[in-house]
Amino acid sequence: MPVQCSNCVQRRAVLKRPKTGHSLCKDCFFWAFEEEIHQTIVSAGLFNRGETVAIGASGGKDSTVLAHVMKVLNERYDYDLNLLLLSVDEGITGYRDDSLETVKRNQQQYELPLKIVSYEELYGWTMDAIVKKVGLKNNCTFCGVFRRQALDRGAMMLKVDKICTGHNADDVAETVLMNVLRGDIARLRRCTSISTASDGEGAIPRCKPLKYAYEKEIVLYAYFKKLDYFSTECIYSPNAYRGHARAFLKDLESIRPSSIIDVIHSGETLSIKEGVKMPVQGTCSRCGYISSQALCKSCVLLEGLNRGLPKLGIGKHHRLHGKILAQEPLTEQEEKKLKAVDF
Amino acid sequence: MVTSMRRSFNATLKCQPEMFPRVRKRGGAELLFDGVKNHHVTLPGQSDPWDMKQLLAWIRGNMLKERPELFMQGDTVRPGILVLINDADWELMGELEYQLQDQDNIVFISTLHGG
Repeated sequence: MPVQCSNCVQRRAVLKRPKTGHSLCKDCFFWAFEEEIHQTIVSAGLFNRGETVAIGASGGKDSTVLAHVMKVLNERYDYDLNLLLLSVDEGITGYRDDSLETVKRNQQQYELPLKIVSYEELYGWTMDAIVKKVGLKNNCTFCGVFRRQALDRGAMMLKVDKICTGHNADDVAETVLMNVLRGDIARLRRCTSISTASDGEGAIPRCKPLKYAYEKEIVLYAYFKKLDYFSTECIYSPNAYRGHARAFLKDLESIRPSSIIDVIHSGETLSIKEGVKMPVQGTCSRCGYISSQALCKSCVLLEGLNRGLPKLGIGKHHRLHGKILAQEPLTEQEEKKLKAVDF
Repeated sequence: MVTSMRRSFNATLKCQPEMFPRVRKRGGAELLFDGVKNHHVTLPGQSDPWDMKQLLAWIRGNMLKERPELFMQGDTVRPGILVLINDADWELMGELEYQLQDQDNIVFISTLHGG
């Protein structure tokens, strides 16, 4: 009982789009998928002519599809962008080293220059070393913070105008749910932005062209186009909090596929009650990076690692930042709190 | 703890007069099947035609090497695992009710990993 494509009515449909419920054939699907990303880019004004754009590439499905589609649209619609691939090596054996091989192949396949920056060279710590100190529970905090800064540093080395990442609709919806579950109002307000603000020292604007693309469609696009990507879960991720939000969202999607876009829409239209205290953007007194505290998160985490106090960046120890900045010694009680490790 | 994936492995189900669907795992799903991506599977003959629901139960019983909850949830695949029958979304073919034909090509793709 083959279903006909609801768009061209000529060819056999190969997927049912979760967003719209339409059944599309391969060619109509490719066209719709690419066209929607083009509309996202144009209506949000993500890029300007002549800009150099670094594509955050991990070798995974999202960044591979992003690199492919950016290249296609750049040519088809003459965006006049100078594209390149930027990869971060967190130092996770058996995961990142393998996926970087995929990125190197992507470099050949898409004929784009590639730069790899590593945690080792930037911070002196690999994720493997960090997990040994921090344990299996809070290590994603380190990785996420370090990676964002690594992307910025790499982009500055390459002198790019913008960075784009492969975050998809599922990712953004998961983040909205996570921030609701954890009561993080500041992040809840920012997390649905398609582009980060362009002001601030050393902050290169970052955007998400795939923000409204469903993960299912990204995977099927890569499958039908036979794109080369690396598919494994990070070995340290099973304990990540995001897993709970993801499982919940997937269950919601199976009942009502538009849930994902609807959650994003809720996040976008939320407004914060008057009188709620929000963090103010400033700069880190140590490294000059964007920060809402005296010390940026990256500096706090690194300080914790280097002083053998792995919990320094985990949980709320803001009062201790002042002490650390002033190079004052911590009391035994304070040190004990920061040393405890969850395994 | 999820171990890292290795290669794909193809399976084709063959049987005479049994059923011959070909089962493939992509996008990480092969991890749960000893890293094998393609399987040629032979389903034992029975009076009623095989449907996807029965195939999944058969796979769980005969092919899944570890962590069945990562592949299946109840009678169907875990949300996040895509199923293609002859390169078309199984949602177009009736999902669990689809009746298998000889030489059918079934592909399972996992979406549950980093991008």
